Amino acid sequence: MKKSGIVSYGSYIPRYRIKPDEIARVWGEDPENIKNGIYILSKSVPSPDEDVATISVEASRNAIKRGKINPSDIGAIYIGSESHPYAVKPTATIVSSAIGANFPLFAADYEFACKAGTAGIQNVKAMVDSGMIKYGMAIGSDTSQGAPGDVLEYSASAGGTAMILGNENVIAEINHTLSVTSDTPDFWRREGEPYPTHGERFTGEPAYFKHTISASRMMMESVGMKPQDYDFAVFHQPNGKFPTRAAKILGFTEKQYKDGLLTPFIGNTYSGSMMTGLSAILDIAKPGDRILAVSFGSGAGSDAFDLTVTDEIMKMDRESAPTIKRMLADVTWLDYALYAKFKKKIIFGDAIE
Amino acid sequence: MGELSRMWRETDHRYRMVGEKCGNCGKVYFPPRDICPTCHRDSIGKMNNVEMSGNGVVVSFTIVHDAPPAFSRQRPYILAIIKLDDGPTLTGQIVDTTPSEIDIGTRVRSVFRKISEDGHSGVIHYGYKFVKDQ
Repeated sequence: MKKSGIVSYGSYIPRYRIKPDEIARVWGEDPENIKNGIYILSKSVPSPDEDVATISVEASRNAIKRGKINPSDIGAIYIGSESHPYAVKPTATIVSSAIGANFPLFAADYEFACKAGTAGIQNVKAMVDSGMIKYGMAIGSDTSQGAPGDVLEYSASAGGTAMILGNENVIAEINHTLSVTSDTPDFWRREGEPYPTHGERFTGEPAYFKHTISASRMMMESVGMKPQDYDFAVFHQPNGKFPTRAAKILGFTEKQYKDGLLTPFIGNTYSGSMMTGLSAILDIAKPGDRILAVSFGSGAGSDAFDLTVTDEIMKMDRESAPTIKRMLADVTWLDYALYAKFKKKIIFGDAIE
Repeated sequence: MGELSRMWRETDHRYRMVGEKCGNCGKVYFPPRDICPTCHRDSIGKMNNVEMSGNGVVVSFTIVHDAPPAFSRQRPYILAIIKLDDGPTLTGQIVDTTPSEIDIGTRVRSVFRKISEDGHSGVIHYGYKFVKDQ
């Protein structure tokens, strides 16, 4: 059986950005403390007419364009997000219609905080391996929420990535994938609540580090690899500090993790976070490169992937869809007032909107 | 409910810019038409679906300052007449830019965006808008 993996990929990051200095100015915080504390220099902000459906469609179209995939060949679409536009009505149906997928289609929306998109990758990989589908698309996308004045407001951003999996013309083979899961109260949002709550000291050691590091070590042990054997490593990025610290604990160097570390520039895109970091790596990867990719979702769990880039990547015109580098360069800066209007932190009455 | 049904019927053209091409004279129409206005009965049964590229050029544009409720967070916004590379000319909103960056002749490409919402509990309508092609 041919080894399955990533056949194409595409990302979308809204062009609007806000700096922590601007948020700190409004809430009377010291911006240097924020920047040093979480290492976020700017974050992406969705336009008023953007949501998880529109971001997912743009990312999907970029993946389809880059891989020259016929949408009719996509047999499954799974979208991971914690900010789906509807509580009941799948984003996957909107995306399937917008890309022109066939009526016979496996589709669903997933939720597992920031790792729902990578859970989708595991799902479509299994479906490809079992012969149920030719191609499957997994999307991680969010327009994440942070309450005004809360520390999450500095990091919660917007963006998404679509990965198309198959077992023909594979640009990055998935050698192995595994997950770890435990019931951990580090972060949650109750039904109907506009903003999430974080479990303070649960956020770091018992949640992010325990799951990310355990999944990474289990993966390396499973495939017989050491940190120095990898060309790239990418982790979930709730801020700029956590993934850097996790990488160092595991024994990775800055050279290995810097290309996939996007949070300092775009903030935490939640379900899109690790997948967009992987997208940035695939933009520059060479045949034979080995990648360790590990997501984390609060609640909590981690999905780990061991990938090998193939010769097929050289046949792909990676510039045929916007690269991450291009999306990082093309930005419009917002002040807090416009940010508040865009994010609907200013509520109009029904008569106005 | 009438609006809901209309939007649902128009999903293909609003989501994917699916127009129609006359199998008799070859002219492309967007939005789609059941019969070619040039070929009339000769086009019956020969109108074929065709997806627009979404790339085009600004023919004319205006700045809307007195915005309807659904666009109050985007005021002022740009409404343009766009000549698609595929042939048809249509009206569309140009987003993610300021009026000073748009001129007649500016190249644009289509994007998928939220158009409006039927209140806080109603359906969300999506469709095409345009951005400046960098």
